[in-house]
Amino acid sequence: MSPISHGADWDFDLIERYDVEIAKIAGDFGLDTYPNQVEIITSEQMLDAYASSGLPIGYPHWSYGKEFIRNEQAYRRGMQGLAYEIVINSSPCIAYLMEENTMTTQALVIAHACYGHNSFFKGNHLFRQWTDAEAILDYLVFARRYVMECEERHGADAVEEVLDACHALMPHGVDRYRRPAAPTLKAETERLRVREAHRERDFNDLWRTLPGKNADKRKGHDDHFPAEPQENILYFVEKHSPKLEPWQRELVRIVRKLAQYFDPQAQTKVMNEGWATFWHYTILNRLHEKGLVDDGFMLEFLKSHTNVIAQPAYDSKAYGGLNPYALGFALFSDLRRICENPDAEDRAWFPDIAGGDWQKTLDFAMRNFKDESFIGQYMSPRLIRDFHLFAIADHEDERELVVDSIHDERGYKRVRKLLAQQHAQHIRVPDVQVIRYERDGDRSLTLRHHRRRGRPLTDAAAQVVAHLRRLWGFSVRLETWDGEAQVGDVVECAA
Amino acid sequence: MLHLIDRRPSSRGRSAVNRERFLRRYKSHIQDAVKKMVGERRLADMEHGGEVHVPKKDISEPSFGFGHGGDREFVLPGNREFVAGDRIARPQGGGSGGNRGSAGEGDSEDAFVFSLSREEFMQIFFDDLELPNLARTELGHTEQKKSVRAGFAKTGVPANLAIVRTLRQSLARRIALGGSLAREIMALETDFAIASAAGQAERAAQIYAELERIGRRRGELPFIDEPDLRYRNRVMRPEPIARAVMFCLMDVSASMDEEKKDLAKRFFTLLYLFLTRKYGQVDLVFIRHTDDAEEVDEDTFFHDTRSGGTVVYSALDLAEKIRAERYARGWNVYVAQASDGDAFGADPARSARFLREKLLPATRYYAYLELASPHSSDHPSALWSEYERVAGATDNLAMRKASERDQIYPVFRELFRKEAQA
Repeated sequence: MSPISHGADWDFDLIERYDVEIAKIAGDFGLDTYPNQVEIITSEQMLDAYASSGLPIGYPHWSYGKEFIRNEQAYRRGMQGLAYEIVINSSPCIAYLMEENTMTTQALVIAHACYGHNSFFKGNHLFRQWTDAEAILDYLVFARRYVMECEERHGADAVEEVLDACHALMPHGVDRYRRPAAPTLKAETERLRVREAHRERDFNDLWRTLPGKNADKRKGHDDHFPAEPQENILYFVEKHSPKLEPWQRELVRIVRKLAQYFDPQAQTKVMNEGWATFWHYTILNRLHEKGLVDDGFMLEFLKSHTNVIAQPAYDSKAYGGLNPYALGFALFSDLRRICENPDAEDRAWFPDIAGGDWQKTLDFAMRNFKDESFIGQYMSPRLIRDFHLFAIADHEDERELVVDSIHDERGYKRVRKLLAQQHAQHIRVPDVQVIRYERDGDRSLTLRHHRRRGRPLTDAAAQVVAHLRRLWGFSVRLETWDGEAQVGDVVECAA
Repeated sequence: MLHLIDRRPSSRGRSAVNRERFLRRYKSHIQDAVKKMVGERRLADMEHGGEVHVPKKDISEPSFGFGHGGDREFVLPGNREFVAGDRIARPQGGGSGGNRGSAGEGDSEDAFVFSLSREEFMQIFFDDLELPNLARTELGHTEQKKSVRAGFAKTGVPANLAIVRTLRQSLARRIALGGSLAREIMALETDFAIASAAGQAERAAQIYAELERIGRRRGELPFIDEPDLRYRNRVMRPEPIARAVMFCLMDVSASMDEEKKDLAKRFFTLLYLFLTRKYGQVDLVFIRHTDDAEEVDEDTFFHDTRSGGTVVYSALDLAEKIRAERYARGWNVYVAQASDGDAFGADPARSARFLREKLLPATRYYAYLELASPHSSDHPSALWSEYERVAGATDNLAMRKASERDQIYPVFRELFRKEAQA
């Protein structure tokens, strides 16, 4: 077959023709995707999209302005390039392509975003369980409109105060054990209407005059409320804050929903990027095998691809942490290799999958893991050697750092375990939970930080507590516990 | 199936609202930065954007995170020389060799730097001066008459005669009037030929006489007649004068300290900015004076100190000379004078008289700012009293005392209001 196009220029027809071919190959490999929607945007619009985490519709907030200014500066000074694409977990799956991209890059991006990320969004269990791709766009429209209405009614400053406080607690606004109902625009509006109507219907000034009903009976019962510690602080605030106005409660809810929506992406960064990178690599190579793209296309593609999966060493100037693209791509590629060309080591380490069907194995891995478990399950000794991974122990009572283990026979399992832990939730977000709400007393709220391995919180904790105090309306205290013993100072923000 | 949308034409600047929120939140930082920029800039460069530094800790968004201390392990790529059990000295500053988890913690006091656009800069600059919106946006009208072409007229002076147009008229007239005669001649010639061929001599002679008569009539059609004349027409149309000259007069005697000069600079800047909005070209003339006046460049004007007495008259005289010499015609003349009002002896009276008789009639607007120390007495200076008398008699002299920045704008209040109404 003859190549679809030559040269760098693209047009809409070409993009569609490439997409048809890429879709065919993706179909052959069994990738299951949401419908695709590709939007061509300018670099300016890309900067806009950056500022709002890629969401097409966001509510106004100064922090997005800050983010926008930061990116814009970096970009204008040439310190930072722009991503080729941004893709949104929604149905249809929206991918933004920059107009500056060459035809090769557009094809790369279509394979990467529209078939790689898209199939991951649709397949991975975290996304399936915690996000509703059908509803998110409607919800964003609702959120934006609601925030703007609140600003009109209550003033931008009042809204900003609530949002600031919520943003500070955003990492602690995520459910991990319960499926939230996914609201559509219609249901959400209806819910608000009903809530409003109910309040109006039930309004009776008489209630105000009644003496405390059942006051005696209650006393002593709710000594411990909540009965179990609550890790979703924003949820607790939304449901139980004694002072929040209904509209403030709704704002808390909006931020909480967004936190929930983004959480799976944070937990699957390596897998998600690795999966998309693996598939753009595989799909474009197949395009070349079929003769649909010329050698120039491949050279340009390989150059971009190599840049994307570069992993500088820890002591290099270019080092900026483990590159999730590099790690993820290596993991999926290695998985395929283990299936197709296993050696003795692979058979010893991965007896279940060595020599198996690589497509089935990869599909299973994509669907059922998150970064932590994925690395723990599939990181092979060969990869640890390839990356020259080594673990450093930073212990408080040691004067120096100690090399814990390296890429040798004794170290493989240990390095793999540590690398997996490094991607675990509790490494990213400290364990802070609500343990007590003095419902019948001074209405104060008590948080507990479970300190693990002596790692303290930063000083910013005091500011977060102050933010929480603003939402809660009464005094808030933060204790730190290590095991069974309380340690350190209590951060308190009085009413 | 791919759904392809071209979003490029749709709205840009979606982040504009967020950016504006950010600026609002950090207004105090930005105001400080703007104040500094005003101090450093030249008048003509005032209207640019600028960089603002906000300390990073002031714009951080707090969240619970891990601080230094405690036990942890982290995995790094690119090992070359280490084996298990090696000990490595801790990197300086308690950093962790680049582990991701601590990337944000050790940040130094780096500032978050961003640029203000020209509009944003001006917005804040004007806010500081307590300027009402009217003055910010209103562009006044400043007119002079200019003669422009406006087609052709039937009357005019010979110098404006439009020859081509006139000849065209004459040709048309000659064709129109001569047409029926030509037809008659043709008819008569035919008759004449028939008559002569038929041998009717009498009749032929008769026709011939008629032919001659008509031929004479045709010959009498004037080549150019009065109604043919066309003149190039010009009308006077009011046109804004696109040029203005601004005289900055400042007393630089020892009593003018840096604080007062800063006030003066804002005073000059405000007038300058106002003028640049109205006029395409604004010339600046800087005249400083102690006991004698000299024209200097801007740097010297604002930053060079001199000692000496104060003779205001010298500056007014020099300004008038420069005006008459370089800006006599076709310029809008504005004068801004800043002084602390210390003038002695006959100088105030002489200056005021000169101002009234010479300078003011040639000036569109004259603004006088007296820079009082905040703690100075209420007793008016001699110059002030004299000027006050002049101000009573004319409407293009404005004067004001100021010791704070927000008192500067009222000097121009009359000016802005008048120009806005015009």
